Amino acid sequence: MDLNQKEKDMLKGKYGVGVANAMKILVGIGDAFYAERMVEVSRVHISLSNQEGDLWFANKLVEEGARCCKIATVNPAFNKEYFENVCTFTEQELKVFEDTMSAYRKIGVVPTFQCTPYFVNNVPGFKEIVAFAATGASCFVNSVCGARTNRESSQSALCSAVTGLTPLYGFLLDENRKADTLVEVEAEVKEDFDYQLLGYCLPKKIYTGVPVFHGLSHRPSSEALMNLSTQLNVHGVIPMFHVVGVTPEAATLEDALQGEKPKRKVSITKADLDEARKTLSHGEGKIDFVVMGCPHLTIQQIKDIAAMLEGKKLKSELWIFTSCLNKELSKRMGLADIIEGAGGRIVEDSCVDQPIWAHLEGKKGLTESPKCAYYVSRRKMKLIVRSIPDCVNAAIKGEVN
Amino acid sequence: MNSPEVFKGKCRKITEGKVEGEAVVTKDYVNFYLVDPERGTIIEEGHDLEGKKIADKILVFPGDKGSSVVQLDGLYQLAMKNNKPKALVAGELSTVLVSNAIIMEIPLVCDVDEKFYEIIKNGDHIAIDTEEGTISIRAGAC
Repeated sequence: MDLNQKEKDMLKGKYGVGVANAMKILVGIGDAFYAERMVEVSRVHISLSNQEGDLWFANKLVEEGARCCKIATVNPAFNKEYFENVCTFTEQELKVFEDTMSAYRKIGVVPTFQCTPYFVNNVPGFKEIVAFAATGASCFVNSVCGARTNRESSQSALCSAVTGLTPLYGFLLDENRKADTLVEVEAEVKEDFDYQLLGYCLPKKIYTGVPVFHGLSHRPSSEALMNLSTQLNVHGVIPMFHVVGVTPEAATLEDALQGEKPKRKVSITKADLDEARKTLSHGEGKIDFVVMGCPHLTIQQIKDIAAMLEGKKLKSELWIFTSCLNKELSKRMGLADIIEGAGGRIVEDSCVDQPIWAHLEGKKGLTESPKCAYYVSRRKMKLIVRSIPDCVNAAIKGEVN
Repeated sequence: MNSPEVFKGKCRKITEGKVEGEAVVTKDYVNFYLVDPERGTIIEEGHDLEGKKIADKILVFPGDKGSSVVQLDGLYQLAMKNNKPKALVAGELSTVLVSNAIIMEIPLVCDVDEKFYEIIKNGDHIAIDTEEGTISIRAGAC
């Protein structure tokens, strides 16, 4: 890579060991992908994970003196104050948690603890060069915001926060952003939940690439685009997609394809969605819990849930995960009172995939998110995936049909 | 160890190293989070290396898969138990794979000649020299 004098100095250690090591990683990535030079990033999102490997690396940079020079928001771990009253943590779990919080505080991130920064307080604009980790978030800002990011690892994003730089390659370059796969959507895709299924289906047909969705009969909502960005990256590697007439680089199909022919064409039929629904949603009978908010629910979704819960009492546990901003707003709007009055819970700053579910081991429940079902099933819980209204109705009845 | 060299070709260095060891070969993408650190094995259900050891082996695989953070933890846990793979021969690169190989100091190469993939099988003895940019196979030497 061709580095300027300041970048060479950073690499040599003039700005400290931490910056030098972060540069070494970025230069290694740049060389691997034939990047010619570094470019400045304006903002960063880090997929903090509250795991030992993540902690070890963050601590190493902290001890070497590295500090964030760009705004860097972070993913959630869990809300300790809230969950201390719900479950018991092992000493080791608490230690990793406390040390993770301490390391990221020292390195100077913005402690947002949410996985949908693009809706809240880290919203890049069109063509803005950023480094976003968290596969759903990087896909969303590339596709929907039209920002430029690669599918960063949490660590490469942290290196960018510390140096303010990223190598110029991949999805930062216009020619790599053209659609290579034309996806003709023949099925009716209308509800937000349909986008969970669409995001689950497509990677069965194309593992990786840049799809352009064509033929959608309805405009997707913000929540639908959030669902799609997230689910496409559970079983696939889809750093960005286009939706004709919706996303900023796809005013027309020709624009999305940058005037070229697609390498592949696939269709999504009603049979595909039915098959996904059958796989994810089958199951009936008594349920013990509903967990929603992977990714964090929006204020619109919380409002819709509260409307269904007014004057009701829940027969199963109901958990809503959201950002601290949405939690505060739901208090101000009276939504939290309704949800909690019905016996539900609304928690900020937490991820569903954390050691907080000991009391639900071996039990059966519902979630709105295929990603939640995929990851949380490791915690010995049986999860059925249904739409948010179905989840709420099931929590009211204590059973699912 | 002296069986004949059946292949010698070029590879592209991503992270450096001069290593020799036994090949473990898979056609499936590998999620380094889904490993048993104590035994150094792959635990992903249905993976063609399910239950097989990658510890101290040279892993020949199409690429990595999984989210942006968990795989580092898997490799870190393997390293803590001295069960890291000895080297990685990848079909394709991702930012996550490259950054993890740099951080965990595991030799990583790619762009290996097609012929290598026609010959290589589990248990073959591989030698990699990233400075020379070469990779060679001795059949069944391990």
